Amino acid sequence: MSLDSKTPSGPMALRWSKHKQDSKLINPKNKRKYTVIVVGSGLAGASAAATLSELGYQVKCFCFQDSPRRAHSIAAQGGINAAKNYQNDGDSVHRLFYDTVKGGDFRARESNVHRLAEESVNIIDQCAAQGVPFAREYGGGLANRSFGGAQVSRTFYARGQTGQQLLLGAYSSLNKEIARGGVKMYSRTEMLDVVVVDGHAKGIITRDLVTGAIESHAGDTVLLCTGGYGNVFYLSTNAMGCNVTATWRAHRKGAYFANPCYTQIHPTCIPVSGDYQSKLTLMSESLRNDGRIWVPKKKEDCGKPATQIAEEDRDYFLERKYPSFGNLAPRDISSRAAKEACDAGLGVGPGGRGVYLDFAEAIGQFGQKTIAERYGNLFEMYEKITGESGYKQPMRIYPAVHYTMGGLWVDYNLMSSLPGLHVLGEANFSDHGANRLGASALMQGLADGYFVIPTTIAPYLVTQKPGAVTTSHPEFQKALEDARARTNRLLNVKGKRSVDSFHRELGLLVWDKCGMARDKAGLNEALKRIPELREEFWSNVVVPGSGSAANPELEKAGRVADFMEFGELLCLDAREREESCGGHFRTEHQYPDGEAKRDDENYCYAAAWEYTGDLSKPTLNKEQLTFEEVHLQVRSYK
Amino acid sequence: MSLLNLQLKVWRQNQGQPGHFQEIQARGIPDHASFLEMMDIVNERLIKDGSDPVAFDHDCREGICGMCSMTINGIPHGPEKATTTCQLHMRKFRDGDTIWIEPFRARAFPVIKDLIVDRGAFDRIQQAGGYVTVRTGAAPDANSILVGKEVADAAMDAAACIGCGACVAACKNASAMLFVSAKAGQLNSLPQGQPEKDRRTLGMVRQMDKEGFGNCTNQYECEAACPKEISVRWITKMNRDYAIASAKEAFVGTTERTEGGE
Repeated sequence: MSLDSKTPSGPMALRWSKHKQDSKLINPKNKRKYTVIVVGSGLAGASAAATLSELGYQVKCFCFQDSPRRAHSIAAQGGINAAKNYQNDGDSVHRLFYDTVKGGDFRARESNVHRLAEESVNIIDQCAAQGVPFAREYGGGLANRSFGGAQVSRTFYARGQTGQQLLLGAYSSLNKEIARGGVKMYSRTEMLDVVVVDGHAKGIITRDLVTGAIESHAGDTVLLCTGGYGNVFYLSTNAMGCNVTATWRAHRKGAYFANPCYTQIHPTCIPVSGDYQSKLTLMSESLRNDGRIWVPKKKEDCGKPATQIAEEDRDYFLERKYPSFGNLAPRDISSRAAKEACDAGLGVGPGGRGVYLDFAEAIGQFGQKTIAERYGNLFEMYEKITGESGYKQPMRIYPAVHYTMGGLWVDYNLMSSLPGLHVLGEANFSDHGANRLGASALMQGLADGYFVIPTTIAPYLVTQKPGAVTTSHPEFQKALEDARARTNRLLNVKGKRSVDSFHRELGLLVWDKCGMARDKAGLNEALKRIPELREEFWSNVVVPGSGSAANPELEKAGRVADFMEFGELLCLDAREREESCGGHFRTEHQYPDGEAKRDDENYCYAAAWEYTGDLSKPTLNKEQLTFEEVHLQVRSYK
Repeated sequence: MSLLNLQLKVWRQNQGQPGHFQEIQARGIPDHASFLEMMDIVNERLIKDGSDPVAFDHDCREGICGMCSMTINGIPHGPEKATTTCQLHMRKFRDGDTIWIEPFRARAFPVIKDLIVDRGAFDRIQQAGGYVTVRTGAAPDANSILVGKEVADAAMDAAACIGCGACVAACKNASAMLFVSAKAGQLNSLPQGQPEKDRRTLGMVRQMDKEGFGNCTNQYECEAACPKEISVRWITKMNRDYAIASAKEAFVGTTERTEGGE
């Protein structure tokens, strides 16, 4: 299939308006005849479900959590960008667009990014009207802060819980529509598969996580709003339940998976303390404003208490390697430098995977009180998790995966290569390119749900006769049987290794070979090992209990089985892309100073992988990316 | 790092059947592990022995999603102040301790399995009015609605609620007043929430009663157990808002939603 992005033509700033004018509309009386299936209830899913219901569509919304309010959008801390220019500091839609394209290292689709920047202002209006308690100035207007190195102050926030508040806002709109009868909500219900009828996505197969019942739901279109795949690494800052199942199952049914190798690493997370560790916790990067990062110069010092290591025996490696940026070097550079130090055997803390973040000098200079005022909540969180006080000894930090830019390929209408299947938010690939800027994830989820899909869904739906396909269609029966068979297969392996032990092994492998820094030899090793591990999984996993009741182990098993397949595509994509860009760093492709070396001549495309039936041999389709407004340039920090 | 040997008394129950405590030995637990990681280790061993692992709710494991819900030694989320179960670490326990682990108990929170309860009542309460009716796209410019900083900060204090249900589990009456008052209070404090204030308050309180939550008798166990330290002052505000709304309803007439115009 050819990749038609359906991007409108004409001047960049007018494309979205023109597209809205050109898009077909559906008469209000006819809208209610259409059923829209929304999978996921985070920012993208909840906002889409609520808005489509307001427009008159019949919506069915699904989430695996016990309530739509618990989707992982809730954990986002920092804020949401919008080109409001309330600060009068020169911000504009164009500047937000420009920053996002450049920040994405020129691997995003320009037209989509411009639309995102345009809609950013409407999001803030919408959320404020819902009663989201944004931070305010004394005069009652909205407050802003700067974020992620932007030169303007365009980030709106609600203390350190912006994601929570935006999600609760979307959830309140969703509740309004549930009460009105426009949305039927299915909580504790997990999607197991997409049902394809005559080449179109026409429904889903689900498992009721309370009763175990496997059921089918038909609709006129399906929206996947199911987040990212960071948990393929086992340890990440994602919630435990985050998974790739919905997008991966859709991929197997014909939706192309684009740029899976674009994964983002956050440098200031609390390190792993032991092999029982289940997740990693992120601390705000602002800590690097006052903390100095170092490791011991000598391996024999690594086990000593930090305070007993003499000043001349410490290597402040960021200050040494990047004298102009020092401890504020960009995320990817800082992360890789920490990895190199630990690879060299100089890491500190349990397992030797950690570097010090030292506040002693800042405390000496400004006093503990000032440091507590700036970062008190972070020091508290650190102490709660590690039992150590960052005031008395240096904190230990290590990078961790926290966002994935890749996802299902979508056109300008957010429709995947599988007709009828739309993909929103982190689950799609479109807006962040190879690297996402801070405070942009919330913006994209809500732009897609509140403002993009309500317009772009109609051009597809008008081509469909509403309600034409029901669950009595043979394809639904077949998909139901497949899902039941797969569930039974998982229960009947009756091997010796737990699901978690497989997930942990897979995670360690992809983190080691396809994490912060990648090279061909390592990726080849991973590509050899993953299929072996997958085979062992299917012959030696143990899933206790039955399929006909609540069974958390069975839920995990299904998700890990899909990660086992997806992990291979992740490594294949990373091997194929012989350049470094954004979150993808190939050690073979770097400048002498360690900066990422992009290859625009050969790799200025989105890699959209097509499932062929053979997991090791997917077909690569390319969408060439053109940059008409923001000219290709080296992303430099000098 | 040291290792702890613990004796767990864990509530086991299948849906619709009576439950019981099961004694489980948890040996060699690293004191750096979180409480839920301790449960992971225990489950891993149960699976290895061919036994049924303990089912419990959890997701973000960073204290914000509100999914984890264990009553530990009689206290929802355990002994540490302002801390969810997932953020509680084993170094807060001592070698040889016996730990009692139960679900969040309330008639309105039926047990699904072991430590997992159904908190759907909270969703239904919010569907009964916990929103501002605003269509997507119909909002005025955000700065056209001015909200004083003190008001916004107070609304944020209420909005910090993670909807976990610890307040209900802590209350001897299984009252949901702290939760409902925080949710209603956030919107009732803000200018955006004024037009629907009465209808919201009546709707949410009545749904709360319908769900089978008990009454508030001012013991404030809820505030003590709340991992986000929501203040009981919100209950006072809700009582006031409810009195006004009921009086208006009695004298002026119904505030029930009427469909008109469309």
